[in-house]
Amino acid sequence: MPIEYYITFASTLFCIGVVGVLTRRNAIIIFMCVELMLNAVNLLLVAFSKAHAVSVNGAQQISSSGAIDGQIFVFFIMVVAAAEVSVGLAIIVMMYRNVHSVDINFLNRLKN
Amino acid sequence: MGITQIIFWFLSALALLSAIMVITSKNPVHSVLWLIVVFFAISGHYILLNAQFLAIVNLIVYAGAIMVLFLFVIMLMNLNAETEPQKNIWMKFAGAISGGSILLILISVVRSSPELRDKVAQVKGGDIGLIKNLGIALFTDYAVPFEISSVLFLSAMVGAVVIGKKE
Repeated sequence: MPIEYYITFASTLFCIGVVGVLTRRNAIIIFMCVELMLNAVNLLLVAFSKAHAVSVNGAQQISSSGAIDGQIFVFFIMVVAAAEVSVGLAIIVMMYRNVHSVDINFLNRLKN
Repeated sequence: MGITQIIFWFLSALALLSAIMVITSKNPVHSVLWLIVVFFAISGHYILLNAQFLAIVNLIVYAGAIMVLFLFVIMLMNLNAETEPQKNIWMKFAGAISGGSILLILISVVRSSPELRDKVAQVKGGDIGLIKNLGIALFTDYAVPFEISSVLFLSAMVGAVVIGKKE
């Protein structure tokens, strides 16, 4: 597949996540939209990795071509996302225990 | 139009429709379920690109662990009955306009770049996504980041327990 298709698809997915973050007020749904944006970037990294593997070499030189680095990065992004979700959901649970709401308009108490 | 193109367009349409349903559902539980559909579609894309290890890890970690955690928190806090109060329509409009502008800029940049004109992503072929090659790279070149990520997991676990602890 041409790489523009993958870029367009991942950009659209990323922008849907941006719109979700900007328009929703439920903190959990905002968090889920952040996960959506992370997944769009992951898909684009894998697509670029496969495009690089084609363009650099027709021969099978795996470790020196650098194409495998994209997929390793995706693996580490998943690791960081899992850690981030556990801490973030703990913060949301703690906020719900204090404020009895997950609406982000009620969570602006740090402001004043 | 071969079977690869048909699968690509089907998975793309499924992911985009489900992503739109994620941000438009009123009920947070429905949003979680639609997000699981998005993750399955993205795993299908990984399989199409022959990144088998990432497809399985995506299913296990995202659809299996993270989404269950979200669902658990939503049901624990009993949020599924509570509806979000309706807010200003202009804020939604402004958010949609901002996201559309970002999308427009990204698409125009991609369309005007000559380097991306004839690049092709290799589908259903290539062996860099197999478990053997990724494992070799992960345990030789990337052994130190791999070990550091285990420390990150440990600190995240301790942090989540400390934050969630009732004092």
